[in-house]
Amino acid sequence: MLASLWQQLSDSPVPIDSVDLAWAGLAPVMILIGGALLILAVDSLVPRRLRPGSYALATVLLAAGAMVAAVPLWQRVQDAERGPFATAAGAIMVDGFSVFATFVILSAVILAALSFDGWLRREEMDGAEPYVLMLLSASGGVMMASANDLIVMFLGLEILSIAVYVLAAMHLRKITSQEAGVKYFVLGAFSSAFFLYGIALIYGGTGSTNLVRIATYLSATVLGDSGLVLAGLALLLVGFGFKVAAAPFHFWAPDVYQGAPTPSVAWMASGVKVAGFAGLLRVFYLAFSTYRLDWQPVIFVLAVLTMLVGSVLAVVQTDVKRMLAYSSINHAGFILVAVQAATAAGVQAALFYLAAYTFMVAGSFGVIAVVSRKGDIGTSLDDYRGLSRDRPVVAFAFALLLLAQAGVPLTSGFFAKFYVITAAIEAGSSTLAIIAMITAVISSYVYLRIIVAMYGAGDDVPAPRTIPLPAAAGLALVISLTVTMSVGVFPGTLASLAERATPVLIPESDPGAVDPSGVPPGP
Amino acid sequence: MLDLVWLVPALPLAGFLILVVLGRRMGEPGAGWLATAMCGGAFVASAIVMAGLIGEQGENRRHLLTLFEWMKVGGFRVEVGFLADPLSITMALFITGIGTLIHLYSISYMHGDPKFSKFFIYMNLFVFSMLMLVLGSNMLVTFLGWEGVGACSYLLIAFWFSKDANASAGKKAFVTNRIGDWGFMCAMFLTFATVGSLDYSVVLEQAPLIAPATATAIALLLFLGACGKSAQLPLFVWLPDAMAGPTPVSALIHAATMVTAGVYLMTRVSPILTQSYDWAPSIIAWVGVITALFAATIALAQTDIKKVLAYSTVSQLGFMFLAIGSGAYVAAIFHMITHAFFKALLFLGAGSVIHGMHDEQDMRRMGNLKKYMPITAATFIVGWLAIAGVPPFAGFWSKDEILLSAYEKNPALWFVGLVTALLTAFYMSRQVFMVFFGEERWRDADHPDAPEPHESPWKMTLPLVVLAGLATMAGILNLPFGNRTHFLERWLEPVVGESEHTVTAAASAQIGLAALAVAGSLVGIAVAYRIYYQRKMEPVEPAIMAQGWKYDTSIAAFMGGPGREAFEATATFDGTVIDGAVNGVATLVRGSGVHLRKVQNGFVRTYALGVAVGVVALLAYFLSRVTF
Repeated sequence: MLASLWQQLSDSPVPIDSVDLAWAGLAPVMILIGGALLILAVDSLVPRRLRPGSYALATVLLAAGAMVAAVPLWQRVQDAERGPFATAAGAIMVDGFSVFATFVILSAVILAALSFDGWLRREEMDGAEPYVLMLLSASGGVMMASANDLIVMFLGLEILSIAVYVLAAMHLRKITSQEAGVKYFVLGAFSSAFFLYGIALIYGGTGSTNLVRIATYLSATVLGDSGLVLAGLALLLVGFGFKVAAAPFHFWAPDVYQGAPTPSVAWMASGVKVAGFAGLLRVFYLAFSTYRLDWQPVIFVLAVLTMLVGSVLAVVQTDVKRMLAYSSINHAGFILVAVQAATAAGVQAALFYLAAYTFMVAGSFGVIAVVSRKGDIGTSLDDYRGLSRDRPVVAFAFALLLLAQAGVPLTSGFFAKFYVITAAIEAGSSTLAIIAMITAVISSYVYLRIIVAMYGAGDDVPAPRTIPLPAAAGLALVISLTVTMSVGVFPGTLASLAERATPVLIPESDPGAVDPSGVPPGP
Repeated sequence: MLDLVWLVPALPLAGFLILVVLGRRMGEPGAGWLATAMCGGAFVASAIVMAGLIGEQGENRRHLLTLFEWMKVGGFRVEVGFLADPLSITMALFITGIGTLIHLYSISYMHGDPKFSKFFIYMNLFVFSMLMLVLGSNMLVTFLGWEGVGACSYLLIAFWFSKDANASAGKKAFVTNRIGDWGFMCAMFLTFATVGSLDYSVVLEQAPLIAPATATAIALLLFLGACGKSAQLPLFVWLPDAMAGPTPVSALIHAATMVTAGVYLMTRVSPILTQSYDWAPSIIAWVGVITALFAATIALAQTDIKKVLAYSTVSQLGFMFLAIGSGAYVAAIFHMITHAFFKALLFLGAGSVIHGMHDEQDMRRMGNLKKYMPITAATFIVGWLAIAGVPPFAGFWSKDEILLSAYEKNPALWFVGLVTALLTAFYMSRQVFMVFFGEERWRDADHPDAPEPHESPWKMTLPLVVLAGLATMAGILNLPFGNRTHFLERWLEPVVGESEHTVTAAASAQIGLAALAVAGSLVGIAVAYRIYYQRKMEPVEPAIMAQGWKYDTSIAAFMGGPGREAFEATATFDGTVIDGAVNGVATLVRGSGVHLRKVQNGFVRTYALGVAVGVVALLAYFLSRVTF
């Protein structure tokens, strides 16, 4: 009996679906995940605590290693003969877009890790967990940026999000941190449900979750009833809108940003947002370009609402962390303006903005982490009075970063806004461009208000205090400032990188072929 | 060799950066020597590049070195690059050459100044900016240098800013130059809109295709910029005041280099000028010659040793624009070079006198200084003969070329130029006789024990001697004896050849004109000799000329009277209407913020409701677009 069964098995072996994997293409993700697990293992196996700073150092090295692994990918996808490629049965796409986003996300990891180091030591919470969570979260972000399948996109989103929920609630002795984590989690779960439902509807409407197949199907078929696809699009937009904190899905952001540990916020505001926008662009700009006339007006309205909420509500805040939370909502609105253009120039502008913004915002929250006091308190505007006297260099750096966020020339923020507005006008959305500029003016009030507080003199300046500046945090500040200023003076390099980072769809029938234009088929 | 052109501006830039970091630690005189060495290095680099250019022939005699792409916005691309051609390298050579001498001179002149190293920081930054201006391969890089030299000029005029007059002189220079810069910027916008590029190589190649009206507009807007920087009517008022700065600054920036930037610019864009309507060059020529005459009349009644030279500079720059307007670009550059030599010499000589006289600038209190300052006196006299146009000194040859071309353009221009040349000889002789000859006047009732003047140290006299040699010999650059001796003209041929006006007058007429010019100079000198040396005639120095025809004061009166009222009306308008609108918007924003934030109440259920509302709205919209 057993022998015959054995005979059967060896006669006709059960076919096992094996997926062809281009490991090199996945190397950045693998390094992040592997590194996270390694840190976790070391942390639990080594009997006593490692030297302080080892985990931060390891995280920075891992992120840098992932960057190094991404360099040959960039060369490969830019190479005219080899070009972008899909792997993992078409579920992952490695193209200029994904590699560019990977670089930006990894930069955010490095900046946030450097900021975490001193902060954790001050809060007496030094340990491996935040770094592990951030690395995992980053791997999810990279997955989102390179997802070529809605299921993978969702997987990336969840990996990214769940780690961030924990990062938000990480400060165990601080009730607002717990509150932030729970709020983020509940609302995040809510929106993830919509996202998943959207995927289901899209699958129902097109018969696939693969972005390439969806795009091919939609461009080849005129749907008798487009209801399912459209409803699915609406729900996908909810999911992405929540992740990038676009109004009216932004409510969580100010509360969570204010309550969560500041270095976590640095990561949330930079890396998480980049991942969210990368996913949004991939799905809407690439897969659903045939439906662009349907979704462009929606993005238009979302962009207007987001920019208005982000700028107007920032004006009435008195807490610097909260101000910057709203200002990052305003930035998200700006990037939506670029998305709304739905052109190659729009994608380029969005990528440029994301890259520039990552350094500005991670640097800014890094400053907040430094200036706050033990217990992660002391983030109100009053705490910034007299900073120019107590820590002149930090105050000056913060002022420059804030001016960059306001879009002052000679900083990267200026060109970021400039390219977005150019793209919007070229795409015929002058109204949106004008609204964007108006809100930029409104939010510059907020930045100036902080600068005035730092540099103001008068009776309300408190007595001098010593503000320790950890070396790692200083390094993060130097990096973000250097990038912000040098991109502001020489925007050409970053702009041309962003220009070459167009996302592509590779038709499945011919896996080696590349769409030379990189532009998806029009409607 | 040609690729080394980047080194020319890089060395002063390096000097600037090093001094910014280490300047105070290096102190005196280390900082000065470093700055001088950097400037000298740039001179050597320019000479090497020049040698490389000489090795090339004809159209190949230009080299474009692109360093990097600065920005790219749509079709607008700006590259930072250098254009090494005969024109730019000639400019670079004399800027760095004279710059080095003046740096050396300044080490002594600024001795003991508390801001010694800062002075050299600005000086190196100035040389760097000036080199960017002349070497830039497109208008934007030139403009960058243009603004850079303006900023340095401002900083150096107001270098001793604790004195009120100096600070306001700096401000005046800055504001006046802004008017010119506006012209330059508009010209750039117009050029880009017409040609689609700012690169000289593209713009000048396409120049013959530009519509004459557009070309005229571009040329005149650039000329407005040139008027500001090169102190021509109506924007010359800042230059005499700029003498508040240290004397080496006056020599380098306000005589030899920066103020000639306008002449350089007009020469650079000569094809555009050729393409414009005929009356455009005429305007330039007339503005130039009238400025020259106007400034010369003011110069002959000044009593401040530097003010005379300042007005003289304005006048000589007028000559250069006369040359530009007459199509004699080579003559303009030729005069620019000779002028740079003799005017730097005169200024440094004046500085030496001021130094030797213990900061006295009033010529009425000088006299017979040749006895106490022999080297300064001898070199100053060389400079005087050069500017007066006495052969064989350099000024004669270059001025003669200009007057010849002006004659062919319009004899009236020539006549005004001739009168100006006569006046030039007169007021310069007046200065020489008042300062170096006659009786010693520094001790009077008010100053019974003024110290005796003394000769300056070698670091100051060496540049004087070198410049005196150059001011004597520089005529060799472009002697009018047939084509063979027109060295400068053949050298600049690839740059301005197509726009250059060719002299058609017969040799006899040329000699006649030159003889008239020499006669004019000698008359000027002779009259001054009678009045100020022999004292046989009463000096004629009308007060109105001493006050510069009240030009400056009337501008001040206008700006202070009706102008101020207009500004105040604008300010009121700004205060009530504009600020009111802004404040209104701010109130509106704040008010709506206060209301909107009520939604942000901290309850998850509210937030979830917000998301749900958003979902419903999105679904409703998308489903409304369903096609059945």
